[in-house]
Amino acid sequence: MDIEAAKYLAAGLAVGLGAIGPGIGEGIVASKALEAIGRNPESAGKVTPLMFVAMAIAESTAIYALVIALIILFG
Amino acid sequence: MDLNISLAPDVLFFLGGFPVTNTFIWSLVISLFLIIVFGSATRSLKLIPGKFQNFLEALIEGSYEFVESIMGPGKKTQRVYPLVFTMFFFALVANLAVYIPGQSAVTLYRGGETVSIFRAVMSDYGMVLVMTLISVITAQVVAIATVGPWKYLGKFITFKNPLKFFLGLMELISEVAKIVSLSFRLFGNIFAGEVLGAVMLFLAPFFIPLPFMFLGLLTAVVQAFVFAVLTLVFISMASELEEVTNE
Repeated sequence: MDIEAAKYLAAGLAVGLGAIGPGIGEGIVASKALEAIGRNPESAGKVTPLMFVAMAIAESTAIYALVIALIILFG
Repeated sequence: MDLNISLAPDVLFFLGGFPVTNTFIWSLVISLFLIIVFGSATRSLKLIPGKFQNFLEALIEGSYEFVESIMGPGKKTQRVYPLVFTMFFFALVANLAVYIPGQSAVTLYRGGETVSIFRAVMSDYGMVLVMTLISVITAQVVAIATVGPWKYLGKFITFKNPLKFFLGLMELISEVAKIVSLSFRLFGNIFAGEVLGAVMLFLAPFFIPLPFMFLGLLTAVVQAFVFAVLTLVFISMASELEEVTNE
């Protein structure tokens, strides 16, 4: 295989596979947060910032994958 | 494809041996802007606030209450609040400044290629790394100040039993991983937003990039917030270390 083609393939695979886990994780975070707000609407102000922080942490692996892909493509 | 995307910021000119990049200039402009805005606001404080002072007061008060809700009331909040809020506001303004219309059209012709004068500050990894190092080092200093240097070292290196030894090593790795994850989160999001915007503009110049820009706007606010809150959480975890180790 051509090295350039392998690079594009690798970048695509890195992001595609790396986004699966965080996608599921962030979905769970959001669903639980919405459930909590649905049960107790007054807690929305407290739950929402914590939800964003938890999502950001769940997102890390996707960001790692993204950075790897970007380095492969443009580095 | 004449898409011009590079990981490193573009060097505009050299000052002595010091390469002046476009993100460097942008960060100086934003710092100056913030200094002037907040400086002029605090210089003319009135008992009955005008519109501008009212806005700033609401901003400061709201964020202070949020920090207080995480750090707990008292001196700790007063000490950590300036750092965290500065980080948040600098990152926020730096991220939002990308959306000033027309700024990416200002270019410099240098050595046969055009170099954009403005670029998102947080898409320069050096800038983000420095901010991350400030937050992580602060957290370490706070931890050492609360439990003392030897006890803090004992958290990582213990010979009580093999399991604790390995857990200590894992803690050590997680401290290093904090630097990587915190910095790459902000950098990766902003840089990916830039790349996405550029690619979309390249594919379809009109209307299609708008929703993606809106998504980028959301990321710009959320990531600045997340960076500051994670810094806050690291510091608050470090300041509550004693209670955990005593268990």
